[in-house]
Amino acid sequence: MVATGSKCRTCKAPAIIDLPRHNAKFCAEHFQELCRRQVAKAIEHWKMIEPGDRILVAVSGGKDSLAVWDLLHELGHAADGLYIGLGIGDYSDTSAVYARDFATARGLKLIEVSLREEYGYDIPTAARATRRVPCSSCGLSKRHLFDKAALDGGYDVVVTGHNLDDEAAVLFGNTLRWDIEYLARQLPVLPARDGLPRKVKPLVRLSERETAAWCVVRGIDYMVEECPMAEGNRHLAYKAALNAVERDSPGTKAAFYLNFVERMVPLLADVRAETVASVGTCSRCGSPTTGEVCAFCRLVDKASAHERVPVELIARRHR
Amino acid sequence: MRVLLRNPRRELELDGPRRVDALLASLDLDREAHLVIRNGTLVPGDAQLDPDDVVEIRPVISGG
Repeated sequence: MVATGSKCRTCKAPAIIDLPRHNAKFCAEHFQELCRRQVAKAIEHWKMIEPGDRILVAVSGGKDSLAVWDLLHELGHAADGLYIGLGIGDYSDTSAVYARDFATARGLKLIEVSLREEYGYDIPTAARATRRVPCSSCGLSKRHLFDKAALDGGYDVVVTGHNLDDEAAVLFGNTLRWDIEYLARQLPVLPARDGLPRKVKPLVRLSERETAAWCVVRGIDYMVEECPMAEGNRHLAYKAALNAVERDSPGTKAAFYLNFVERMVPLLADVRAETVASVGTCSRCGSPTTGEVCAFCRLVDKASAHERVPVELIARRHR
Repeated sequence: MRVLLRNPRRELELDGPRRVDALLASLDLDREAHLVIRNGTLVPGDAQLDPDDVVEIRPVISGG
């Protein structure tokens, strides 16, 4: 093996990763230190976790959710995991194995919920029943079940593995449409309200490449394969566009999202307050909604009544 | 060198030596969207890959 010329910025040992946005390379030890520091900074700056909080991590078996669960423990925040079986064929079956193996190896508690067993539908069937893209019913189902599991289990805070690229891509999409209501709510912390838990995103200061690298250097096995239903979705196109800019101008994604949160979010406080004031509760499940029955209850009605649809049928349609 | 690509999973046999960033460029892959793992260890863009290396190019972008 030929030694590389690159050295860690901190200790001058051989580097394992270059991070153009930091204009630096790092060895495994100091790369981990950087990640811990960025996550600790996010948690502290946005007051994501209070002393004594009971924490529930939404775990998919992918790199981000396992990285955030690992980082929370590294930083001394004990947390349980929640895995939702979405019924996306082999993809879901394999993802569940990664989530279970991670929890078992570390002696952590993993709660599991199955959409098919407990609500009578899965994501491919929901996509067909609603005639919408699969990511729509997937996101709706997950958000509802995170809240419900937190309420049922007495958790104060739900942690998700959204990273800088995720948030920058969503911000890009919301900005292209000037969707003010969504922009007003795109915060790294959504406060608790009406009995619902606080929602926090401790990875917003780490890029997707950094969370994946965290898993590699920590020896965390995760689901590398992409969800067969996400292929070709708008979110991926936004990420590719932002990465094209990032290549020529490192640091652009971080500036786009983090400066939005610092400079624009305060200007949208009135919009946020109006949105919160217009929300009532679902007459069936008590979840927040602007109608009489919430979107999740309506989804369950529609999807559970529909004939089961195999994942291959929907995945092919979206290629 | 043997190069494993993901999504979809496939393998290539390429000659070497090559630099990591040159390998990615030759495959038209974005450095911001991939990690390169040589013989189980991450390597930076200016690392040189040798003919007997086993290399994984791992995409890091997810759409969920």
